[in-house]
Amino acid sequence: MTRSRSVEVRPAGRHALLVELPDAEHTAAFHAELLRRRSAGTLPPVEEIVPGARTVLLDGVTHPEELARRIAGWEVPARAPDAGGLVEIPVRYDGPDLGRVAALWGVGADEVAARHSSYTYRVAFCGFAPGFGYFTGLPAELHVPRRDTPRTRVPAGAVALAGPYSAVYPRATPGGWQLIGTMSDPAPLWDLGREEPALLTPGTRVRFVAETGTP
Amino acid sequence: MTGKLTVVRAGALTTVQDRGRRGHAHLGVPRSGALDAPAMSLANRLLGNAPDAAVLETTLTGCALRPDRSVTVVVGGAPCPVTVDGRPASWGVPIRVPAGAVLNAGGVTAGVRSYVAVAGGIAVDPVLGSRATDLLSGLGPAPLRDGDVLPLGAPARRPALPDSAPWPAPPTELTLPLRLGPRADWFTPAALSTLTSATYRVSQHSNRIGLRTEGPALERVSAGELPSEGMVLGAVQVPPDGRPVVFLHDHPTTGGYPVIGVVTEAALAAAAQAAAGTPIRFTPG
Repeated sequence: MTRSRSVEVRPAGRHALLVELPDAEHTAAFHAELLRRRSAGTLPPVEEIVPGARTVLLDGVTHPEELARRIAGWEVPARAPDAGGLVEIPVRYDGPDLGRVAALWGVGADEVAARHSSYTYRVAFCGFAPGFGYFTGLPAELHVPRRDTPRTRVPAGAVALAGPYSAVYPRATPGGWQLIGTMSDPAPLWDLGREEPALLTPGTRVRFVAETGTP
Repeated sequence: MTGKLTVVRAGALTTVQDRGRRGHAHLGVPRSGALDAPAMSLANRLLGNAPDAAVLETTLTGCALRPDRSVTVVVGGAPCPVTVDGRPASWGVPIRVPAGAVLNAGGVTAGVRSYVAVAGGIAVDPVLGSRATDLLSGLGPAPLRDGDVLPLGAPARRPALPDSAPWPAPPTELTLPLRLGPRADWFTPAALSTLTSATYRVSQHSNRIGLRTEGPALERVSAGELPSEGMVLGAVQVPPDGRPVVFLHDHPTTGGYPVIGVVTEAALAAAAQAAAGTPIRFTPG
């Protein structure tokens, strides 16, 4: 159980609350609990539920002070490790920063692919661009810094690392993350033709599958 | 589709706007929508349009349009000279534009953003429930270019044509009521006092994403990094240079700089019309 006292509720204007949790795991559990209560009809109407790294924003709340008091009394069950759908992302490990990441990890370039594709990640939150998810799940010893100089154009489908996160760029944008691979067809990451345009929503589990053969 | 508008002159930045997209912030999709929402609503009301009918939002230099059928339009928001085929026409009330004539909304005489509403609304296809152009994520129609053709919807009914409407004047001084939080504790007591006592000015680098300011830098208690967190409309984010940025409708849904306070949403329409150099006072609210 996550005890309510580990939750800090901060005001964010007249109609929003920022709920702060101790770490990513508690944030995931609290986010799942909010979605559960909303679908059960026991959460007051909320326009937006936006998870962050260690927070969940509740925006468009009619009586935020009252909701804040209720949240303080919640007991939040720990999140089941296999909650959320699983999406497999095929990757060619051919990114321009592969050598740099291999050096930071102290391994050969081939080993980056083996390690990066050995974990199950989870979309902690989205932002930056529609369809861009921040995946947690990389162990702390494999966290790498951002590039000193951001690229003016990162191609769509680039598989990237920065800090505790892994990600796939859904479209070409500027970006400062270390690029280790390529998803050859990134179109499904964000498809406005689908009822749910984002393939990866907060809570989705992600596995990278290394593609073999010549790039 | 019951007609179309050809863009004769797109102006500096003219976009299609409505009330924006709600409920998709967790996917990284900004709210978007008209920055001066009351101006859009009034223009739609004067035409008998639904409140969520899409309009055009111009920036400083207006735009010119040619309909292929006779249409009723309202040019409101920031005041500007209006002409139909070169002849002066009324600003702020419904006017008729005959088929093939050119409606010109000129450069603003005050304020920043004029709104051109057409009876029946701009009928581009909605994306995630909205026709709004979102400059941050690229959703919705691209900003207008000369020669673009926009579909029009069917007018709902013949509206009454009032001869005056209560358009507020663009601000000569901008007062932004603000509530502290969620990250006011990242700033020194001196910074909190500076925020509500100093005069800031609207920076020329302001856009639909944020109202940037010039003025005294706000000092943090510590220089640490904030893990990314959700951002609300009106959030006053303080980047490392210490100059507050007020988040407007195309703001990113998550961000990594601390938010010292949040400006009341009702005050943001005036912020959208505050020209570069306008003095700003943040007041407790």
